[in-house]
Amino acid sequence: MSAPRTSSSTVLPPVPPRAPIVAPAAPEAAVRRPPRRRPIRARLGPYLLLVPALIPIAVGLGYPLVRQFVLSFQEYGLAQQFGQPAEWVGLRNYAELLSDPYVWGVIARSIAFCLVNAALTMAVGIALAVLMTRVGRAARITLQVGLLLAWGTPVLATMTVWQWLFDSQYGVINWLLAEPLGAEGMRQHSWIIEPASFYFVATVIVVWMSVPFVVFTVYAGLLQVPEECMEAAQLDGANAWQRLRYLSLPMVKPVLLVVGLLQVIWDLRVFTQIYVLQRAGAPTRETHLLGTFIYSLSKEFSLAGAMATIMLVITLALTVFYIRRMLRDDV
Amino acid sequence: MSAARPAPAASARRGSTGARLLGALAVLVALVWIFPIYWMVNSAFLPTNALRRPEPTFLPFGGTLSNFTNVFRDPGFFDAIKVSLAVTGITLAVAILFAFLGALAISRFRFRGRKSFIVTILVVQMIPAEGLFISQYHMLDTWGLVNAVLGLTIVYVAAILPFTVWMLRGFVAGVPMELEEAGMMDGLSRTGAFFRITFPLLAPGLVASGVYGFLQAWNEYTLALVVMTDPGQRTLPLWLQGLVEANKATDWGVVMAGATLISVPVIVFFLVVQKRMSAGLVSGAVKG
Repeated sequence: MSAPRTSSSTVLPPVPPRAPIVAPAAPEAAVRRPPRRRPIRARLGPYLLLVPALIPIAVGLGYPLVRQFVLSFQEYGLAQQFGQPAEWVGLRNYAELLSDPYVWGVIARSIAFCLVNAALTMAVGIALAVLMTRVGRAARITLQVGLLLAWGTPVLATMTVWQWLFDSQYGVINWLLAEPLGAEGMRQHSWIIEPASFYFVATVIVVWMSVPFVVFTVYAGLLQVPEECMEAAQLDGANAWQRLRYLSLPMVKPVLLVVGLLQVIWDLRVFTQIYVLQRAGAPTRETHLLGTFIYSLSKEFSLAGAMATIMLVITLALTVFYIRRMLRDDV
Repeated sequence: MSAARPAPAASARRGSTGARLLGALAVLVALVWIFPIYWMVNSAFLPTNALRRPEPTFLPFGGTLSNFTNVFRDPGFFDAIKVSLAVTGITLAVAILFAFLGALAISRFRFRGRKSFIVTILVVQMIPAEGLFISQYHMLDTWGLVNAVLGLTIVYVAAILPFTVWMLRGFVAGVPMELEEAGMMDGLSRTGAFFRITFPLLAPGLVASGVYGFLQAWNEYTLALVVMTDPGQRTLPLWLQGLVEANKATDWGVVMAGATLISVPVIVFFLVVQKRMSAGLVSGAVKG
């Protein structure tokens, strides 16, 4: 009885479509046992359970975050590597970055890349999820297996395959365009030399990689829409498109919001795909996005810290609408 | 929640040609997603001269295993397997245990600070790790943990924990307290009731978060790139990227063999999961 729930959750990270109800454990336990019996242990219990989870988060994420933030207001150079105290420079690092038109170019490109990729991923993902509810069992499972394979393959493995597919000399995509489709000029075409073409390839890869997660999550959400509602709408004369537009999609809106939020966050911080494509021979300066740009600043720790802080602010700015909505609806 | 209602499919079956067209479309889309994976495996079995023909070879007839033997001849591959296994194993064990305890705390207790902890683990996931890596590198550098399994494990555990806590919290909350209370009525202590009744019911949740953690740690590239700069300490994704750069445009067969090999454990994991999911869908359908 609980099997379908748990096993589908194995595949789908439980993006909280329905906030699980927290069992009000403590008050009842308190009723059952007089609180004076083991008061300290009972009160400390939850904290003791939390500490192991809190320590790695504080050490591995919290401390670097704070340190990076502090250092973004300091001058941290070679002397500081050898123990000299860092000098406070106020907003100089930020001023240096933000007065550089190149940095603004990186920021603009990153935001554009993020929005285009997130929108495409959501559109394709929702379309395929709806498609999955409309087709027979065999077709649905074929599609599920295909998407799962793509989802499961390690990013680096997929990156190498896509490089091979887009290879200028022996890549199957150039062959396809040149031979069956007759575009002779594509025979030796190099896809990653031109920035626009580079971003096109990156978009294809990122969308291809991200769509499976969206499909499975939205599909699981669509299955939650009660059949009775659909039947009632059908009796009232709503066609398939109207049922989707005015019934299913509004009902899975919380899922769409969470998934959309994750796409925006992930696509803004895209690193591996860009980095690997750059290593394949693309001009790096013209193709940097935020992640690879910060990586290229790794020798200038203060600047990297300032840039990472700017990136965090952009993330918050792009997602604040979503987060406020989610907090209002959900938590 | 009945996971799969057969009804939508059934209603589609009624409009036969339209449904058949949609079915064909679904299969076509599936092929788009399968093709790169197929191409990886196909190329891994082809000799170099077949890969460098102007016409691509679409089926690995007359294939060869030499690409795989070339990979196995590379000592770096086995070093990378060792590092990847160590990092993934430790990360998984630590993260699942700690996340389980944390999930227990927030779903079975009410206490001061509970809500702020939940908000923290949600917000932490929005921090772009791709901005943080330089800072993490410097932290590990001061502790002498660069190029160390332990160092990479620390940042991996920190990266995986928030989501696993969140995930397990859902599973723990899904087991009704009444079951435990019934056990306590029958004379079990609270701890005893938890371990004898709730814990076994959480196995699927632990497996799910285990799969998640495994995939994250096994596939991760960015932090590994920053932390493991020494070629002797490469994880498998780093090793594969090294292989690409060493063979660029000369020997895609070996690269594809390497990519296939590092994908195999992950794909096996996913197929196991897929089976469970189909089983769940079927039982949900039967229950109707």
